[in-house]
Amino acid sequence: MCLGIPGRIVTLTDTGVLTRSGIVDFEGVTREINLALVEAAGVGDFILAHAGIAISQINEREAQKVFEYLRSIDEAELETGDL
Amino acid sequence: MKFVDEFREADSVKRLSEQIHRSTTRPWSLMEVCGGQTHSIVRFGIDQLLPDAISLLHGPGCPVCVTSERLIDHAIAVAEDRDVVLCSFGDMLRVPGTEKDLLTARSAGAEVKVVYSPLDAVKFAVEHPEREVVFFGVGFETTAPATALAVRQAHEQGLRNFSLLCSHVLVPPAIESILSSDKASVQGFLAAGHVCAVMGWREYIPICQRFRVPIVVTGFEPIDLLHGILLCIEQLEAGRSEVENQYVRTVTEEGNRKAQDLIVDVFEVVPRHWRGIGEIGSSGLAIRDHYREFDALRRYPVDLEVCSDNTGCISGEVLIGAKKPPECPAFGAACTPEHPLGATMVSSEGACAAYYRFRGSAGQQI
Repeated sequence: MCLGIPGRIVTLTDTGVLTRSGIVDFEGVTREINLALVEAAGVGDFILAHAGIAISQINEREAQKVFEYLRSIDEAELETGDL
Repeated sequence: MKFVDEFREADSVKRLSEQIHRSTTRPWSLMEVCGGQTHSIVRFGIDQLLPDAISLLHGPGCPVCVTSERLIDHAIAVAEDRDVVLCSFGDMLRVPGTEKDLLTARSAGAEVKVVYSPLDAVKFAVEHPEREVVFFGVGFETTAPATALAVRQAHEQGLRNFSLLCSHVLVPPAIESILSSDKASVQGFLAAGHVCAVMGWREYIPICQRFRVPIVVTGFEPIDLLHGILLCIEQLEAGRSEVENQYVRTVTEEGNRKAQDLIVDVFEVVPRHWRGIGEIGSSGLAIRDHYREFDALRRYPVDLEVCSDNTGCISGEVLIGAKKPPECPAFGAACTPEHPLGATMVSSEGACAAYYRFRGSAGQQI
């Protein structure tokens, strides 16, 4: 029910306040998504779509944090000789 | 797929699983309150990558599952009005009401249309001015902005043939209800990532403080879930109870303010009956008086007998984490996705349906 799908904005098709929309690419499948609630998101940005609207803009830099954490585990293990 | 595949990568999954094993010294019970997370946990076997000391409980995370029989009956009665086209999400069609479901009503001639978005229902109303279009709106805070946007679009366009039958529910009151219950013993929560994408995570701080439980905002992919579990276990082991955000690529502290403003503009908070659980105060959304012309409850008042939500299944106990699906005597026997006794077996995100699909009719790992 709360399934959210990440996709990349390809074009903007409507700039109305409540109807701001664009074509969003979900890894090859495209669909028109309402973008009224992610004002800062433009062409090329990734958004999270749910029930036909974008509810959040995905922060690509923050997405790396879990992998940085995993690298820090590896480094800690190397230092303690666990590996 | 970008932001999907990399969060399923096997080596990272293994590393996180190992780190959880290293961090766990005592038994802990964690609960997720999101059907999407329940589905992922069972689908990817996340629970089987954990130490035996960690128990994952599945909470009332499926809004389809907790929609009351009374509202289903109301939707069926509205759909049976010959002027009406009732639109809803596909999962809603097979949820049993007192005597039948919407799919049965459709077979008997009612016009029931499956839509992907509430905005599709508004579009259908614009294209068919001769029909009365009713959207049966269900969902948590994740879906509420789309439903609110549909009402606002209808209002702006002066649509006279669109209305909303609203069954939206809110997550924090459900968590508080579970923590106040004698039946469940949850020590930490994984908060639903997409609910928090809309609402942010500040509203969970008072719950952490009152009940002294850690709450970790968590995503949906295997790496997200394991990372969320690890953060929760680390808090429990250290005796901390804070709100922590694992799902940083999508969730910010304040959430989506524009979406929140839209929800507040269109809806007011009301008590709501949760199927299998009962009434929870301040846990539902209803249309504000300002938008009353779009309220299907007012437009189509239906006199229904009070029903008891008595379907003979134990979904109420499953929904608060007191029991797991395979513990139900009907699971996989009298109750299957083809012939569900309760809503948790109907919706693809219901805990019973997830166990049946990924663990077989006995509920065990295949």
